[in-house]
Amino acid sequence: MSDQPILILDHVTKRFGPITVVDDVTVNVHKGKIQVLLGENGAGKSTLINMVAGVHEPSSGQIIVDGAPTRIPDTKASEALGIATIHQELQLVSSLSIAENILMGRLPQRFGLVDKGEMYRLATEALTTVGLHVDPRMPAGALGIARQQLVEIAKALSLKARLLILDEPTASLTKHEIEHLFGVISQLRSEGVGMVFISHHLDEIAAIGDSVTVIRDGKFVAEVPATTPEPDLVRLMVGRSIDEQFPRRATPPQQPLLRVQGLTRKGSFTDVSFEVRAGEVLGIAGLVGAGRTEVVRAIAGADPYDTGTVTVEGKPLPKGRIAAAIAAGVGLVPEDRKAFGLVLGASVEDNLGYATLMSSARYGLVDRRGQAERASAVAKRLAVRMRSLGQRVGALSGGNQQKVVLGRWISAGSRVLILDEPTRGVDVGAKVEIYQLMNEITAAGGAVVMVSSELPEVLGMSDRILVMSDGRVAGVLAAADADQRTVMSLAVKEVESDRV
Amino acid sequence: MSNTQGTTPTAQKAPGADIKSTRAKIADFISDNGALVGLLVLCVAMFIATPDFLTPNNLLNVGIQASVVAILAFGQTFVIVTAGIDLSVGSVAALSAMVAAFTGQSWGMPPLVALLFGLLTGLGAGMLSGAATAYGKLPPFIATLAMLSIARGLTLVVSNGIPIPTPSVVTWLGGSVGPIPMPVVVLVVMGAIGWFILNRLSIGRAMYAVGGNLEAARLSGIPVKRVLVTVYALSGIFAAVAGLVLSGRLASAQPQAATGYELDALAAVVIGGASLAGGVGRISGTLIGALVLAVIRNGLNLLNVSAFWQQVIIGLVIAVAVGIDVLRRKRA
Repeated sequence: MSDQPILILDHVTKRFGPITVVDDVTVNVHKGKIQVLLGENGAGKSTLINMVAGVHEPSSGQIIVDGAPTRIPDTKASEALGIATIHQELQLVSSLSIAENILMGRLPQRFGLVDKGEMYRLATEALTTVGLHVDPRMPAGALGIARQQLVEIAKALSLKARLLILDEPTASLTKHEIEHLFGVISQLRSEGVGMVFISHHLDEIAAIGDSVTVIRDGKFVAEVPATTPEPDLVRLMVGRSIDEQFPRRATPPQQPLLRVQGLTRKGSFTDVSFEVRAGEVLGIAGLVGAGRTEVVRAIAGADPYDTGTVTVEGKPLPKGRIAAAIAAGVGLVPEDRKAFGLVLGASVEDNLGYATLMSSARYGLVDRRGQAERASAVAKRLAVRMRSLGQRVGALSGGNQQKVVLGRWISAGSRVLILDEPTRGVDVGAKVEIYQLMNEITAAGGAVVMVSSELPEVLGMSDRILVMSDGRVAGVLAAADADQRTVMSLAVKEVESDRV
Repeated sequence: MSNTQGTTPTAQKAPGADIKSTRAKIADFISDNGALVGLLVLCVAMFIATPDFLTPNNLLNVGIQASVVAILAFGQTFVIVTAGIDLSVGSVAALSAMVAAFTGQSWGMPPLVALLFGLLTGLGAGMLSGAATAYGKLPPFIATLAMLSIARGLTLVVSNGIPIPTPSVVTWLGGSVGPIPMPVVVLVVMGAIGWFILNRLSIGRAMYAVGGNLEAARLSGIPVKRVLVTVYALSGIFAAVAGLVLSGRLASAQPQAATGYELDALAAVVIGGASLAGGVGRISGTLIGALVLAVIRNGLNLLNVSAFWQQVIIGLVIAVAVGIDVLRRKRA
């Protein structure tokens, strides 16, 4: 076997506008080897593989395929080089047959018509390579996710892929399905296919990987053998110093404000219980898909739940009633402000006033004076940088948009603020302002529940940290006892014990 | 394309901005008030083409011709603002007028009670469409398409396919008081009501939030379903009023009245600057849109342009008006 890697990402950097997402990262992929990409959410893994898949081109650095510098301007070019990417979101057309999916764009023809016999023969052949014995005439949507994934791999192989990129292929598979997938992957490795494997699950790395590239904040951290002990991998993945970016001023916690007991929704979260006191910031950590967002949305009345209770200041909240939660003083800052938080085409003033629009109205008439006064007071207090209150909120920067969503709840007098990824896509300056606001809220006797995937933020701003894993509470840590490793191992370990 | 260019518009303003900004200001005014500018240009063009256009009599004529479509379009504006669509307004107008005429004529109800029956018919039809959309999760296009057919069918059932004379008060709505045509008065009153609802009532402001981002509105505690039912109910009432005016002008409720008017109403709303994507729309814009349509029809009639060509021209006007709107949104 020659030592020349099939693929080298040679000091690649990707910038989107002023933001550098991938910064000078080098990855080598060899024939018949599985290169694992390890990093936290948002570390830049997806952007890296998108450069290979032809979705993005690097801003600097080069992609070297078989020793030759190569441009991959689009997905066609990537395919032509023998590179196949299995994305996290599967790309099959569920209403078409498995065979049509595998042979999409290159259906065998005879006399200008699709040669069905040949099509099914080719598809069956491809399916055999991944050990999948299903009828290729079935619609792809009739298969479970694991089998759909195998169909995608079969499709990649039938395209003569020599390099397979698997983006978190095990994220939604059962233990048994993972075993089968790993069997197929090992078989492909022995046939000389090179692979890039992305996973959060540390146990899988030793089970399947050859070598691990660790990236953090878009930067290359280390390349280590897959046999590296898990604690070392965790440290490499998350180990950055907590600096003074997190100006948490703890206030002595007082009476409980929000109490959640046995909250359960089938398939999303199970038996979640916790309590937040006035003056307290509770951080909720966990991997993507652990059920954090689902739980806080249920608390705020945005989604229903099956069993359990939510009480605010001793009074139970009715299930799935947003207006009741708001009246009780609960305010939700949702995770994606553009999709769920703001009416981008409406003014700053309108956006600041939505939570009080109906409740402040008298005889159905808008309280125009009150709405305007509240908006201008809150905008001033949060230092929202804008041209005027009449400016379109969509024209503001991410940080200022987030302040508007927060301001809506300040304006409504909410005492329990639920912040879901409050600083995602927010510049450093505005981040600190948002942290200061959390301090002000707790100092004034409010409580904050903060869901965040940024561990330093969780550690730096929370008084207590609740770690979720697989829809359950994996543990609650006092901030003083928590560090990145204890939180991460709670978030990851539980998943392992369920799976292996 | 916009992700890397986010900061350039402000940066560009620095050098040589003076010449640019004057031109930009004019362009801004024209695109912000495109419909109004268009209407004025149309009026001037019509006046040049035929001086008859600018006589008081003819202008009142334009008002009468605009009234039914404008009232329908006011109701449609609420719906469009919430990113919905109401295809049933023409049929609901006909049904409401027919119910008023029928209850007056066949059941012998007093004229005012018959009129009330007509209005309630519009309200009921609208609430049904709204409930089907908000609670039944039917797409508005489908729910109101169904109502279009149902209401037209019921109109034929009630009338047995034969026109029915309207109650006196309805006929009065179609007539005139002194020189002032009542349809124009109704148009102004309904426009004022529409403006008041959209701008002064909390539920009116909520309509913009729901149309701009339904999920953000919902998470802010706005009762989205109630808002949706309300807009279709309003659309139904406005359609009923339009239907009463139309039948009043003819002094009889016709089974095939207002067929296809839903498209004129939609065109008026869209020419007026509302976006089918929701969150945008004004009563004043809709009024201008309805007047644009009426002026074109009126002017082309005065110029003896055939009705066939009128349709072609109106189609072009819709395309151009919306095209300008799309360009404006791109720039914003």
